[in-house]
Amino acid sequence: MKLNYRVVLLIIATVIGLVFSIPSFTQSSEGKKITLGLDLQGGLHMLLGVKTDEAVNSQMKSIASALKHYGEHNDILLDAISAQENKVTFDLIDADDATAIDTYLKTIEGTVVHASAGKYTISMTPEAIEKLKVRAVDQAIETIRNRLDQFGLAEPTVARQGIDKILVELPGIKTPQEEQRARELISRAAKLELMAVDEDRSMRVNEMDEAEAASYGDKILDDALQPQLKHLVNEIPILDGTMLTDAHVGYDQNNRPVINFSLNSAGAQIFGDFTGKSVGKRLAIVLDGKVYSAPVINERIGGGSGQISGNYTVAEANDLAIALRSGALLAPIYMMEKRSVGPSLGADSIKASLIAFATGAALVVLFMVAYYGYAGVIATTAMIINIVLIIAVMAMFGATLTLPGMAGIVLTVGMAVDGNVIINERIRELLREGAKVRKAIEGGYDNAFSTLVDANLTTLIAAVALYMYGTGPIKGFAVTLAVGILVSMFTAILGTHGIFSALIEHIEKSGKMNRWFGIRLERKE
Amino acid sequence: MEFFRAKKAFNLMGWVKPIFTFSLLVTIISFYLIFNKGFIYGIDFAGGTVVQVKYDKPVQIDVLREKLKNTQFASAGIQEFGSPEEIILRLQNTTADVTKDTAQQVTAALQGTGNFEIRRVDMVGPKVGKELQTQGILALSLSVLGILIYVAFRFEWRYGIAAIIALVHDVVITAGMVSLFNVEFDLTVLAALLTILGFSINDTIVIFDRIRETIRESKDAARYSMADIINESVTNTLSRTILTVATVFFVILTLFLFGGEIIHGFSFAMLIGVIFGAYSSIFVASPFLIWLGYDVAKAKAGYAEKARNRAEKERLRAQFEQGIV
Repeated sequence: MKLNYRVVLLIIATVIGLVFSIPSFTQSSEGKKITLGLDLQGGLHMLLGVKTDEAVNSQMKSIASALKHYGEHNDILLDAISAQENKVTFDLIDADDATAIDTYLKTIEGTVVHASAGKYTISMTPEAIEKLKVRAVDQAIETIRNRLDQFGLAEPTVARQGIDKILVELPGIKTPQEEQRARELISRAAKLELMAVDEDRSMRVNEMDEAEAASYGDKILDDALQPQLKHLVNEIPILDGTMLTDAHVGYDQNNRPVINFSLNSAGAQIFGDFTGKSVGKRLAIVLDGKVYSAPVINERIGGGSGQISGNYTVAEANDLAIALRSGALLAPIYMMEKRSVGPSLGADSIKASLIAFATGAALVVLFMVAYYGYAGVIATTAMIINIVLIIAVMAMFGATLTLPGMAGIVLTVGMAVDGNVIINERIRELLREGAKVRKAIEGGYDNAFSTLVDANLTTLIAAVALYMYGTGPIKGFAVTLAVGILVSMFTAILGTHGIFSALIEHIEKSGKMNRWFGIRLERKE
Repeated sequence: MEFFRAKKAFNLMGWVKPIFTFSLLVTIISFYLIFNKGFIYGIDFAGGTVVQVKYDKPVQIDVLREKLKNTQFASAGIQEFGSPEEIILRLQNTTADVTKDTAQQVTAALQGTGNFEIRRVDMVGPKVGKELQTQGILALSLSVLGILIYVAFRFEWRYGIAAIIALVHDVVITAGMVSLFNVEFDLTVLAALLTILGFSINDTIVIFDRIRETIRESKDAARYSMADIINESVTNTLSRTILTVATVFFVILTLFLFGGEIIHGFSFAMLIGVIFGAYSSIFVASPFLIWLGYDVAKAKAGYAEKARNRAEKERLRAQFEQGIV
């Protein structure tokens, strides 16, 4: 044995490789390891779309609410306030208030105001709309992440994809029930609105249609608990959930779970103002477009807290409190893609690919050793180190191993061997031409080098294209393929060269080319 | 062990005409299949829902079909999946509602057909399917372009064109077979096509590299035709080609046989692609070098010129270092 820099590098790489791949093999909790993809460990993968247009809508409603409150607070008479088709319109009754209202409207950012003869139209600038849409997606990501964190699932992933899509991966989901709960939690708009009941007309709510309600600036909402019950409320809410600071589960006098919420100071102020003015009228607590209760206001309510009661189980109340706490979704989300894999299928897939892997590897080893003799053994050693290194590199980067990724590793085994086949064939050629062993080995590596680099780099190009345009599992395949190509160039070119160099005196002494390279040379006299 | 101990180069280019005619025919048939028969697109591209259900004992598909007849899943495609206990349901409908779950509806609809477990539910909305389609086409074109540029840069433009023709040949034939054998075209098949690109070019490069070397090292290039050079180069690399293709083929065969139903499409496409990838390097890419008018004498002169330039540069540098200039 003679040490040379190549074999030293190989040994160092192998040791590092082993150290970094052990956590992945044992799946211990310590150290960086390869995470199994959802297709292997089971779990839920969702691609959610965000309806960003709705965010604009609800922004307009917020503006209308604020405007209404401003008018009431400052004794400015505003009529026919409505928020529709991305516009807020209202009439100013007294022209003397024009300066005041103009000053107020200027404080609302990103809007354009048109006014003629007391009729106002507020719309958003295109830039503001763009910004709002981006913010809606950001906010949805943040909100969903918050909700999932509080839900207590293991290692949830929430990430933006493209412009208005959100990728959610939940490896911890095991049962359909869990999945259902998680999906409900994520998608819940959790939009809390406090709305005034239109006491003047609410008697006629059952005869009214949407259009007529709209003509009074009202809208008809269903009751959450009694489906046949309808409520007529002012279209513009008194305040909404953006002013909510906390929500937690409590119990009512019948020991049923309820959700207690509290408002921030601005919200408490509005709430107090409204309740002070509306004693004897009803206040509807509306969650996601359904009325949960509509108690009569007995007195001014300061302090800014309220209660939602809705025949909840403790778990439901808990999830709802989480949703409210993490804030409403500015824009609703919808399902674009969903893949859920049960844990037993993942286990089956792992088993199947391991069998394929073991059989494939065994075949290759058998083949190589039978064909090349000791050179085949060296190639096999390189191949095994190759696999260890792939796993180590993937673990270092915290990459995910998917089912196609496993196929990628199996393929790499075949490709790693190709490098050694090319080199060994070159060595044989030189030996046949009568070169001495040392010369043949050096020459073989020299001749094969440019072929190997070109051949592998072009394959790498395909892998990179796969990575750039692939999604999910295909990306996983591209990663293993690319890592496999790079690692196999290292082990096949540098590693085996090092082993040959270390053994060269041994090979020269033995002189048995059949045993070493599987080749019979005609004796040259 | 040795497969080939050829003393003389095989006259492979002598068989090119009939073999190439065969290739052309298969390519045309494949194009016909792709454009007329088309593919059975998986939900990745077509959108829809797939539900994989495993029973605790073998299940009759007719019974299930009867059971679903009066439900919303009446039009569902039912197929055995890998074993008689396991089936998949293909539904065209998708739901954008985050809280509604197809698995639950399927469970309800299949109630009373035995003990089963829903193992997988995949839903791909129509918009995503479209996007995946464009991305797939982009990925394919981009890698072909990348490979073309790389090969043209490392070798010569004619090598690039010849390599790309061989690549297109392989991908088209593999796609044609996928269509012919009604293999579902999903993301894994697309991955296979891209891997075949990588494989096929790998193989072609090995031979091209050898051709370049043979030209460079031939003593009297003018006496050789390009066909001779190719014959010699292919013969010299033949045992490598066969060995590599055989090992990779066996590895993929094990994937095909034992790798499970989910990567069936992938391994099927790979099996075909690997064979054609190696074949096309010899019988498609190489002859195209001749047909594109690659001239040995000129190439040799070019290499000689390059070598002279290099020698001259080195001489100058040596002089410079010795302080002569």
